[in-house]
Amino acid sequence: MSSNTPSSSAGGVGSADSSAPRRNSKRPKYSKFTQQELPACKPILTPRWVISAFILVSIVFIPIGVVSLFASQDVVEIIDRYETECVPQDFRNNKVSFIQSDANKTCTRRLTVTKRMKQPIYVYYQLDNFYQNHRRYVKSRSDSQLKDNSSWNDVSSCKPEDDSNGQPIVPCGLIAWSLFNDTYNFSLNNQQLAVNKTEISWKSDRDSKFGNDVFPRNFQNGTLIGGKSLDPTVPLSEQEDLIVWMRTAALPTFRKLYGKIERDLQPNEVIHVTLENNYNTYSFNGKKKLVLSTTSWLGGKNDFLGIAYLTVGGLCFFLALSFTVVYLVKPRRLGDPSYLSWNRNPGGQ
Amino acid sequence: MELQNISNTCTSIDISRSSSLAQENLSKPQRIRNKSVDLGDNLLYSEDPRVIYINDPRRTNDKYEFTGNEIRTSKYTLVTFLPKNLFIQFHRVAYLYFLAIAALNQLPPLAVFGRTVSLFPLLFVLCVTAIKDGYEDWRRHRSDRNENNREALVLQAGEFQMKKWKRIRAGDVVKIHADETIPCDMVLFGTSDPSGLAYIQTMNLDGESNLKTRYARLETASSIFEGCNVSGLIRCEQPNRNIYEFTANMEFNGHRFPLSQSNIVLRGCQLKNTDWIIGVVVYAGQETKAMLNSAISPSKRSKLESYMNRETLWLSVFLLVMCSVVAVGMGLWLHRHKDELDTLPYYRKTYLRNGKENGKTYRYYGIPMETFFSFLSSIIVFQIMIPISLYITMELVRLGQSYFMIEDKHMYCSNSGSRFQCRSLNINEDLGQIRYVFSDKTGTLTENKMEFRKASVYGKDYRSSNLRDDVLQDDDIRAVSSRWKLKSEISVDSELMDLLHKDMAGDERIAAHLFFLTLAACNTVIPIVSKDASSGHVRSDSWGEVKAIDYQGESPDEQALVSAASAYGYTLHERTSGHIVIYVNGDKLRLDVLGLHEFDSVRKRMSVVTRFPDNTTKVLVKGADTAMFSILARETEKDDQIRQVTHSHLTDYSSEGLRTLVVAAKDLTDAELEQWQCQYEDASTSLIDRAAKLRQTAALVECNLNLLGATAIEDKLQDGVPEAIEALRQAGIKVWVLTGDKQETAISIGLSCKLLTADMLQIIINGNSEEECRNLLTDAKTRHGVQPASRKNENSKRSNNPENGYLEIPDEAKSSNVLQPRSGKEEPDVCAPLALIIDGNSLVYILEKDLESDLFDIATSCKVVLCCRVAPLQKAGIVDLIKSHTDDMTLAIGDGANDVSMIQMADVGVGICGQEGRQAVMASDFAIGQFRFLKRLLLVHGHWNYQRVGYLVLYNFYRNAVFVLMLFWYILCTAFSTTSALTDWSSVFYSVIYTSVPTIVVGILDKDLSDKTLLKYPKLYGVGHRHVAYNLQLFWITMIDTLWQSLVLFYIPLFTYKESSIDIWSMGSLWTIAVVILVNIHLAMDIQRWVFITHAAVWGSIIITYVCMVVLDSIPIFPNYWTIYHVAKSPTYWLTILLIIIAALLPRFLFKAIHQNFWPSDIQIAREVEILRKVT
Repeated sequence: MSSNTPSSSAGGVGSADSSAPRRNSKRPKYSKFTQQELPACKPILTPRWVISAFILVSIVFIPIGVVSLFASQDVVEIIDRYETECVPQDFRNNKVSFIQSDANKTCTRRLTVTKRMKQPIYVYYQLDNFYQNHRRYVKSRSDSQLKDNSSWNDVSSCKPEDDSNGQPIVPCGLIAWSLFNDTYNFSLNNQQLAVNKTEISWKSDRDSKFGNDVFPRNFQNGTLIGGKSLDPTVPLSEQEDLIVWMRTAALPTFRKLYGKIERDLQPNEVIHVTLENNYNTYSFNGKKKLVLSTTSWLGGKNDFLGIAYLTVGGLCFFLALSFTVVYLVKPRRLGDPSYLSWNRNPGGQ
Repeated sequence: MELQNISNTCTSIDISRSSSLAQENLSKPQRIRNKSVDLGDNLLYSEDPRVIYINDPRRTNDKYEFTGNEIRTSKYTLVTFLPKNLFIQFHRVAYLYFLAIAALNQLPPLAVFGRTVSLFPLLFVLCVTAIKDGYEDWRRHRSDRNENNREALVLQAGEFQMKKWKRIRAGDVVKIHADETIPCDMVLFGTSDPSGLAYIQTMNLDGESNLKTRYARLETASSIFEGCNVSGLIRCEQPNRNIYEFTANMEFNGHRFPLSQSNIVLRGCQLKNTDWIIGVVVYAGQETKAMLNSAISPSKRSKLESYMNRETLWLSVFLLVMCSVVAVGMGLWLHRHKDELDTLPYYRKTYLRNGKENGKTYRYYGIPMETFFSFLSSIIVFQIMIPISLYITMELVRLGQSYFMIEDKHMYCSNSGSRFQCRSLNINEDLGQIRYVFSDKTGTLTENKMEFRKASVYGKDYRSSNLRDDVLQDDDIRAVSSRWKLKSEISVDSELMDLLHKDMAGDERIAAHLFFLTLAACNTVIPIVSKDASSGHVRSDSWGEVKAIDYQGESPDEQALVSAASAYGYTLHERTSGHIVIYVNGDKLRLDVLGLHEFDSVRKRMSVVTRFPDNTTKVLVKGADTAMFSILARETEKDDQIRQVTHSHLTDYSSEGLRTLVVAAKDLTDAELEQWQCQYEDASTSLIDRAAKLRQTAALVECNLNLLGATAIEDKLQDGVPEAIEALRQAGIKVWVLTGDKQETAISIGLSCKLLTADMLQIIINGNSEEECRNLLTDAKTRHGVQPASRKNENSKRSNNPENGYLEIPDEAKSSNVLQPRSGKEEPDVCAPLALIIDGNSLVYILEKDLESDLFDIATSCKVVLCCRVAPLQKAGIVDLIKSHTDDMTLAIGDGANDVSMIQMADVGVGICGQEGRQAVMASDFAIGQFRFLKRLLLVHGHWNYQRVGYLVLYNFYRNAVFVLMLFWYILCTAFSTTSALTDWSSVFYSVIYTSVPTIVVGILDKDLSDKTLLKYPKLYGVGHRHVAYNLQLFWITMIDTLWQSLVLFYIPLFTYKESSIDIWSMGSLWTIAVVILVNIHLAMDIQRWVFITHAAVWGSIIITYVCMVVLDSIPIFPNYWTIYHVAKSPTYWLTILLIIIAALLPRFLFKAIHQNFWPSDIQIAREVEILRKVT
């Protein structure tokens, strides 16, 4: 046993030494992060904060509401619904057969300018009940085909409008096939009113999405004509009606830009519109409207934003007031421990 | 030595008999032995023992396919990684859901998203998990490689040569030097110590830092010195994970002898204080006990998660309703338009062209099928309504939470150097809802550092209170030739000391002598003698050689007793398997140990049979008083008298909270000795049922004992225990103490840790029969007006009636109001807090019979419940009683092996890394260093985790639902055609990239209250009991809010862009941005503590969303090309977003403001106190 003693004591000391740093390393290193004591902002909803928040919202919202409402009021809009009137009386009961027939579909409309309209005046057509956002429809296009001439036969996503007579269609798909084909001609005092149909689409679309080396091919060649035909000599990047149409609408009622009238219109001026009523919306009872509208910084005529801003702002102002009143009438001491449930109700223990 | 001889002869005869069966030997003991050996052999063969040929690994491994010593903790190899990892990952429901959705999307009629896009969420999660798993596995590989390439000396071709660990095989003979780690489980063959002794440290195995002794059998130990060519045979049991048992026998040099747990050293242990050992490998590699034990504890599921699953069911209902609406709408729409489908330019169901496909339908399968497909595709679109990703989020959040719990310096125990351990990652939030705490006493409430306090010797009580002065002590030391310095100072009773220095005469003196001899000898403590390293004492110089003795033992009680004996001059100096050396006042006394019956929980005592130098044989016994009084001799009147006096002393001691042991001894006659020896040999060599046989053998000598006295040991309370218990009680947590101690001890400990207070009415139930228990229970019930649980519920239902005396205080409704005070608080004396004290015997009757519910009624109406003298399984039974009768959360805390069942039974198991090994910790969900950390764990971390996870779940429901509802409203505007305005990528990124990080950060870092406030107002813990952070009502409020927000989100852009030329991608881009900003601002509104990480996460998410949108819109091949650049120029876009945010959050903000200002919650007030009144 005695022979063991030195070694054991040495071992003991050694182990104590080796264990000491190990223990230290086990000790959690103190830092504000590990102790969850980082400097922090602890917001608390005191009445003062609540009231200031409400007032801030109303201060911001009410002016915005007023300004937007004014902007919307400034916009002058002429809307003309023509899909029924442009069908001859005899065909009113069977509009679909009229539109599918070869009859003359020219139609003349008179629009009276109510207020002075400053240029540019945007010409829109508005369709209704047309589900451009239907899944079958939205997906029925080939972006690679539109962009690049080399992938002209990439039509897999375009069914059932992918090829005709065994040849791929460019541009393929239901969207392109159903291209809107009513045309409008405006005249003012028997003078042709020029409609600028360039730069009505997004520049990015013209530059990058629709290739300038892609030409329409085999388009509207099938048994069923969906809409407008395209000039096969003009590259897609210059077919602006198509580009506008291909940016499918978000909602079943939508407007699409037709062109711009680049002159001011005076009140009570009468515009004659000669339109070709070609497009078949009758099969789904869709309305067609022609819209002439000026624009403001906020866009078209829509009072909703202004009204909503005013409402929310007003509501917040009202809430701020009521909070102030209640706060003054019945204040609560903040952070009073006597409000704690067990202090309020000692019998409850 | 005599014992060894006897055993040798016995075994040699056995062997000869088994080799020549015809031989008849009719001597009586021989026959008994034969019988038992036969029995053992039969069982041994039937149970297919493992046969190891010593030093012949080839032969050993030829016959059986034993594993080599190469270990593999890693799960994968390079080849198996991908398939195996995928297989394991797909065991989760969440991934299967993702997979099913992705598979659905691959069907052509359902292809809602692009093919790659739809796989993205699944691939993303799979990749993240695979990378995490791969990294962990790589680290395991590395440590495995290190471990496998370590080297050890192995006997090869007659000499020891270095061999890599992974090449060691069963049957090899391995030599280990001091401080080396043992490479595999080995049977000790010989050690540097001639008596075959070796010390090992089992720190890696069970966490105990004290040294344990292992013995080589003397037969083999002696042969080791003779030569290196050894051969023999070991039969041992099949590999198992029990590290405390080993049964085998060895045939060596024609002898056959038993091997037990004390002959084996296990992998992972370290050799200490021994120059070298030689051993035979029996289990290697994966079959070692250490490897078999490295399994993870069973996982539990948190309560909040089960509630969450209930709400997930509701969400599934919503999902189905929405999908049905879409499907039915689709069906009706198709029906109405069925004649126009070909002419509708946006539908076009047939091919119309000059070609072979003319007239065929394109993706149109008739109205019923289309309806069905529309149902399926809407499931794909609405998939995130079921927040499957929430499970992954929660895992990450809990991981972060446990990081902060582990790092909390306030839960670091500097005494033991142990920090908080989070062994289970599933139940963090349960810590915030604990209603019952079941605590072990020893080692949990107390330190388990024993101190010898009092002794009753031969009917006389000696208290250490009348301490001797140091001067006097010095005088005594002069009488002793050399002084043994002990690590701990022990106060010595002067009267008893005087008695011991009288001459050897008189019963009292002899009893005292034997008393201390028993204390010194009857134990398993190992003395480690060393030269005093710290000679700081002035005295030590004058006394020359001063040695320090360190007592290493498995039981702290024994260490205390041995130290005490040493202080009284009976110093245990040496212990081997064959003898004990005790210095009695400086004179060496050598006792031969003939046999040792170790302590077990059935006998509750321990005895050692020794031969004294004067050739008398004595059995020295110590044990628990109940186990001892029944086996005492009752011959003379004096015996009886002493017994009664001692008994009263014991009662005194235990009422002071001391742990008591009774010490007794008796002389053995030669006949008794012989009979015992034979049976002992038999029992200890048997392979099967050894414990039971040894118990029977012990009964032979453990009878008619002479009472010597009793000892009282103090187990000090841990720091901060009373405060912690008081805080837990205030928090509305009921603390139950379950202890193995006597009733008096339990009560006194209860008093000292403020569990019991003087004003409490104690209900004591300690019946000895079922009838008695029943009577005690009914009596207690009637006397204290306890109502049965069923009626209690009825009462609380009609508690609006003020006559009833109930106050609807939600947090107390479940517990204290069980008491039925006739007229409420007017009669406070009726409300005097009750304390239930119940003992293990009664529990046996109660838990087995129909009295269970009665006990439950009483127990829940008591403030305190103390269960004493309970067995480990009863502890679990009590936990189960509460679990089966209530929904309340239970927590069990304990430190020893006896608490394991309780810890596993409770909802949350907490282990204390204490003196009693690591089994409790291994079985636990959380492990702490001291009991007082429980207060912080529950009140602070429990509260935080509960609040965080509760909010996290609700917010995730909201976040996903608001998005899905927004899509749903839009689909109603697209002729039910499951179009999404959002781009595919944005839909997929929404829950993965755009909004996931802030929830995780908030779930980890948000804090409603500081730890100081939470500890100051423990009652704030009640929010967890009342399910404040997460309940069905909150779920519905959140869902209504979600509905409003989704309507605002959808309709404001709709009205703003009504009759405009907006295209679907601009709208989608607006909605994407709006919903991301909305949910992030919503979260921002609820964040209670903003640190820079929170800021980065919330605002960073919005920025990242913009960046992603910009990137997605810059790829010309997508139809949404350039959208974001275009819309961002328009002021309407920004105004719409602002309006959406304000209008959507206004109701929530208003509700919150009103609630916080007019009906503030406790948390809100405490928060105001904390933030606004910092100065005061």
